[in-house]
Amino acid sequence: MTHVSEHSAGGFPRIDWLGLDGLLVRFGDALSEPANRAALALRHAVTREGWPEVEEVTSALVSTYLRFDPLSADGADVRARLAKLVDSRDWMAEPLPGGRRLWRVPAVFGTDLAPQLAEAAELAGVTPEQAIAQIAATRLRVQTIGFAPGQPYLGELPENWAIPRQTALTPRVEVGALCVAIRQMTLFSTATPTGWRQVAQTALRLFRPESETPFVLSPGDEVLFEPVERSAYELLCAEGPDGGAVAEVLA
Amino acid sequence: MSGALIVHKAGPAMSLQDLGRPGLLSRGLSRGGAADRLALAEGAALLGQGSECAALEMAGMGGVFEATQSLRIALTGAPMRATLDAAPLVWGASHGLRAGMRLEIGPVLAGIYGYLQVGGGFAASEVLGARGAHLSAGIGRVLAAGDRLAVGADAGGETGLALPQDDRFSGGTLRALHGPQTAMFSSDEVARFQSTRFARDARGNRMGVRLIPDGAGFHSRAGLSILSDIVVPGDIQITGDGAPMVLLSECQTTGGYPRIGTVLPCDLPRAAQAPAGAALTIRFVDRAEALAAERATANAVRALSGRLTRLVRDPRDMRDLLAYQLISGVTAGKTEGG
Repeated sequence: MTHVSEHSAGGFPRIDWLGLDGLLVRFGDALSEPANRAALALRHAVTREGWPEVEEVTSALVSTYLRFDPLSADGADVRARLAKLVDSRDWMAEPLPGGRRLWRVPAVFGTDLAPQLAEAAELAGVTPEQAIAQIAATRLRVQTIGFAPGQPYLGELPENWAIPRQTALTPRVEVGALCVAIRQMTLFSTATPTGWRQVAQTALRLFRPESETPFVLSPGDEVLFEPVERSAYELLCAEGPDGGAVAEVLA
Repeated sequence: MSGALIVHKAGPAMSLQDLGRPGLLSRGLSRGGAADRLALAEGAALLGQGSECAALEMAGMGGVFEATQSLRIALTGAPMRATLDAAPLVWGASHGLRAGMRLEIGPVLAGIYGYLQVGGGFAASEVLGARGAHLSAGIGRVLAAGDRLAVGADAGGETGLALPQDDRFSGGTLRALHGPQTAMFSSDEVARFQSTRFARDARGNRMGVRLIPDGAGFHSRAGLSILSDIVVPGDIQITGDGAPMVLLSECQTTGGYPRIGTVLPCDLPRAAQAPAGAALTIRFVDRAEALAAERATANAVRALSGRLTRLVRDPRDMRDLLAYQLISGVTAGKTEGG
């Protein structure tokens, strides 16, 4: 049980109960590439362990969560095993999990579809053309899926994109909207209000509840946005829910 | 197929609900399911079937319904004014509904969420492993007049059974555990939180209910600039104005507000059912007490079928009596006291 007290005393990684039925391992209190990679790696490791009491495992930006049935499992025992696994290696030095994919997603930047491109570019200190070039040149990692079903947090953009969220919400962005804030992007899977600024629109539907593959992206996947003309948008929509996006498995 | 329930009139927030879709957090989908899971268990006990059956969840206001053929129904959760062909129906009980009868369910009398369950459950097709709607994720939808809800095959059983009325429809004390972010609040702030009397705000939905403190709002030492992390139903997040929000089954899967603790699963029905203005307090408990409370609730749910009582019927109310005999297929005396 020494593990438990060490992990609870402050510093990272840190293990805490989350509710009666959950445990949370945090690798930091700020977003960093190693901490995100650690959270993904631990999540895959817990899944591989196959502990029968564990009903669900997931990861957020820099944390890993597991849920168990508190009435049938001994929570202290689950926690002790988790602590032992956390102690077993330096998770910040672990590689990304295998089976990841690289997605190339056509996107219409600016125009009437994404009217905040100029405003976002100005906050990032670049012209709209430079903004498009910077975003298109960045391989963005799916850091986690959250907020809405199938919706990724993508990162990380160059430092000049550390722009704040808007103080007022945009009343509605459509499914497939590509939005930016604090060096991260998100690709909306549902139509929703948002404080993030929309810089592009894609025809990719990331949540398809009635289909065989309801969820498209997985944490660890990478995404490249490929600028296309406004006139291409309707054609992309006609291509179906993929909206022209293609994926290849990363080695 | 054993017929359908026709919706002639629907309140503003009526949807099919079941136990939800656990296990999809990594996909960004919260569990969802009935706001008051205990009400599903009560309906299941009344109808002698599993609590996985989909039920009609009615927020604040019911509707007008008609069956295309004889059905057994159970009315549970927040009590609502209900009549069958204008004759009053007891809430928290099972009844027979013959084809063509008019079932009217009016406004809620206490609490928020009332449930209409049918023998065999509603037979909506499954999406991602469940039949219920997840409104914030866009799965399923709010029901409206004109909808015909298919009903599954009913294994049959009696009607005219009742459960004792529970006290979870008017606020009270919610038990909670400390969580990963409780330490972001000073111990004085946590103590003040526990001694504060809250009123349930009129704003609230299946994602969460907002509580208005009777004094100053609450603030974490980390301010509002914390990294988004996993959130779960029961989490008490402190929003920008210092008012807590207790997250419910349809909450988001990640959130960036600091959370002072997590309400126990067994107390979430009480949180969801507190009507606007109801007084609520939150008391932190240790894990041992939380586990004992959860276990006691699970045991009580298992014991529900042993607490069923027979409704006392007025023999002059022939319509109800006929329906009762027609549908139950057994005489009242057969399981007296069961």
